[in-house]
Amino acid sequence: MAEEFVLSVWRGDASGGSEVEYRVPKETGMVVLDALHYIQHNLAPDLAVRWNCKAAHCGSCAAEVNGVPKLLCKTRMDDYQGETVSVRPMKTFPIIKDLVTDVSWNYQVAKEVPPLAPTVPAPFHMMQIDADRVQEFHRCIECFLCQDTCHVLRNHQAFDRYFGPRFMIKIAEFEMHPKDGADRVPLLAHEAGVNMCNVTKCCTEVCPQHIRITDNAIIPLKERVADRYYDPVRLLWRRLSGANPRSETSAAT
Amino acid sequence: MAQETYETLEYDIIVIGAGGSGLRAAVAAAEGSGLKVAVISKSLLGKAHTVMAEGGVAASFGNLDAPDGWETHFYDTMRSGHFINNYRMVEIFAKEAPDRVLELEAWGAVFDRTPEGRIMQRPFGAHTFRRLCHIGDHTGLELLRTMQYKAIHSGIDVYQEVTMTKLLVSHGRVAGAFGYFRATGRFVLFRARAVVLATGGWGKVYKVTSNSWESTGDGAAMAFRAGADLMDMEMVQFHPTGMVWPPGVRGILVTEGVRGEGGLLFNSEGERFMQRYDPERMELSSRDVVARSIFKEVQAGRGTPHGGAWLDITHKGPEYIKRKLPGMYEQFLTLADLDITKERFEVAPTCHYTMGGLRVEAETCATNIPGLFAAGEVACGLHGANRLGGNSLSDLLVFGRRAGMGAREYVANGVTLADIDEAEIGQEMERVLAPFGREGGVNPYHIHERLQEVMTNHAGIMRSGEILEQGLQKVLELQEEARRMSIQGSRTYNPGWHAVFDVENMLLLSEAIIRSALERKESRGAHWRTDYPDELPEWQTINFVERYEGGSIRVRTEPVKEMPEHLAKLFTYGKAPGLVQQSEKKEG
Repeated sequence: MAEEFVLSVWRGDASGGSEVEYRVPKETGMVVLDALHYIQHNLAPDLAVRWNCKAAHCGSCAAEVNGVPKLLCKTRMDDYQGETVSVRPMKTFPIIKDLVTDVSWNYQVAKEVPPLAPTVPAPFHMMQIDADRVQEFHRCIECFLCQDTCHVLRNHQAFDRYFGPRFMIKIAEFEMHPKDGADRVPLLAHEAGVNMCNVTKCCTEVCPQHIRITDNAIIPLKERVADRYYDPVRLLWRRLSGANPRSETSAAT
Repeated sequence: MAQETYETLEYDIIVIGAGGSGLRAAVAAAEGSGLKVAVISKSLLGKAHTVMAEGGVAASFGNLDAPDGWETHFYDTMRSGHFINNYRMVEIFAKEAPDRVLELEAWGAVFDRTPEGRIMQRPFGAHTFRRLCHIGDHTGLELLRTMQYKAIHSGIDVYQEVTMTKLLVSHGRVAGAFGYFRATGRFVLFRARAVVLATGGWGKVYKVTSNSWESTGDGAAMAFRAGADLMDMEMVQFHPTGMVWPPGVRGILVTEGVRGEGGLLFNSEGERFMQRYDPERMELSSRDVVARSIFKEVQAGRGTPHGGAWLDITHKGPEYIKRKLPGMYEQFLTLADLDITKERFEVAPTCHYTMGGLRVEAETCATNIPGLFAAGEVACGLHGANRLGGNSLSDLLVFGRRAGMGAREYVANGVTLADIDEAEIGQEMERVLAPFGREGGVNPYHIHERLQEVMTNHAGIMRSGEILEQGLQKVLELQEEARRMSIQGSRTYNPGWHAVFDVENMLLLSEAIIRSALERKESRGAHWRTDYPDELPEWQTINFVERYEGGSIRVRTEPVKEMPEHLAKLFTYGKAPGLVQQSEKKEG
């Protein structure tokens, strides 16, 4: 008999479900998504799983493999030799069906991030060294694995108090753009809730694009908030002058 | 069966498709117009096939090569399209591309920079000058993400994960579109005064393909059934470099940027075989030529272990490769256990792009159905018989915008919402639900797999009258068999059900590809026939146009638009306009 992989795939919907075992013939270099496609094409045509590019460029196929948030198209079956591979939907978001979750909250949050507000018209004069700082954040494929793993969202369900790591790097992308003139610090301090992050770096660990979310985006953003709101000299000045930190311009940071 | 219901939503303009061209069209339609605009997407927002474009967006800034200009971009595009392009589209495109790229920069895209701080441009196949603005090897992602955030701040409603099954036409003009939400299976009617189709190509009809699951030609097929003209359907681009090994990754794109950055092609005998096929341009020849060369080398027994060619970029050094091609480095490392900074790798042609599609007016992107517009890969005319790398991203921006503006002007002329025929909607709901009720029918995935096999063997990179005829018979048989597709499960997010409509669309478009390919009795660009191996001047003046009438496809010819003198003159010097100017300057 041909060699097989054994998968245990969560099947169900909002009302509940359980893992179902499937056996899939082994193929060289197979990724988890290949195995799920085999199941879909031959064993369970209604198995729901999102995917698009199958090349780790689109970020559609985020799920949890043996408990770890991963892209299904990038996770090799032979990393789990001899094990049953458990595939479950992202835990942080409501279930629609099987491996498909309702990630619409992320798209709501996206609308809250003020877009780039250039201070000069394009074409921009910008050096590569300045581009480097923000280009890292542009690699994000919006797979939402960072959102899935962030304990503020995953364990505490604080969707109303924190935008999550994905949107910290989106804000950083604009805030650190050399030609941007908008001020997103009040947003970070309040609605976006950057202070909710306690720097455990779980998001960085699961990022399939290897973006250093915590070190390069969240910590610098926290510093901007601290500068604006918690600098003792400024606190004193505000107390004396009655100035409001929300109305301070970004030029002051 | 209980009475089926559907939700009705009304808009001034709906855009079907949320890739680069759809989002650009929606922004153009909505910005400052006060019109109610919706974008309807088959998958989640920001996941469209545009993300798979890697190498760059072509625009003749001349940031590195000053003599570049729109004339040279026009020249390169017409020449690589083997002159069956709509010259007017190419002219508009070449002139407007730089402005569209600068818009992206203003909206937040951060391109790689030159040492002087301008947008960096890389060389690419058959572009005379360094022309592709890029961000490493993820330019498509940057374009799509930038457009996505622009769109959500432009007052546009976005409907995600919707399958559109029917384009509605009433008394000869567009009335809207009907379909269902994938998450729930609930039906939805979008009534609209104008519709923009931006649904991409149909590369999924082939087995080895770089295309994502979405590329099933839904928009083209829906419009074709509703009476729209398809053109140049025989023209399918096979990208020279897809991944080959391991089997699961076969077809995944290896960006042309690898060759643009200096990558070299070798056969199994260690020979740079492009010397034999295009000694002047070598690895950076046009895609049709490079793909065919690799194919011929494999046929001649000089292929790599898994039937391809070697691509080698190791001489550029690890630091440079990781900086300019980070996605490729990562892709091979994780999926193929191979470090491209240390080893050469196997590549082979993979279906990449469909040049054919809906026939449109150059200025407005209007189709022959009043109120229906099309832009991007679903439209036809810009690329002719072969698309240049980097031209599709600028296509999305230039014609996405023009389609949005075209729809906006059409609506501004005072058209009202067209009537909806309730009986037609009732029949459509019945048709869409029918696969649930069929007993012992065929599995849509299996029909798809067999179609891919047929199209690869009979209408692939190498064609002949005989094998095309056999292919046509097989496609017609599959169409018959597909009438019995059945599925299990509920209407909640059921991919098997969704696949039924993808397969129906692909079956129709496959027939259109083959019928058109049979008619073109010559070889031109991507269309290579062994029984007519030469490019013949008399066929350069013809486009093949197809229309669906009474359940069958009728093929007719239309004359290729003739270039006015000032444009035709650009081709009389035997080299690109920029190079002519350059040498004139030197002599002067």
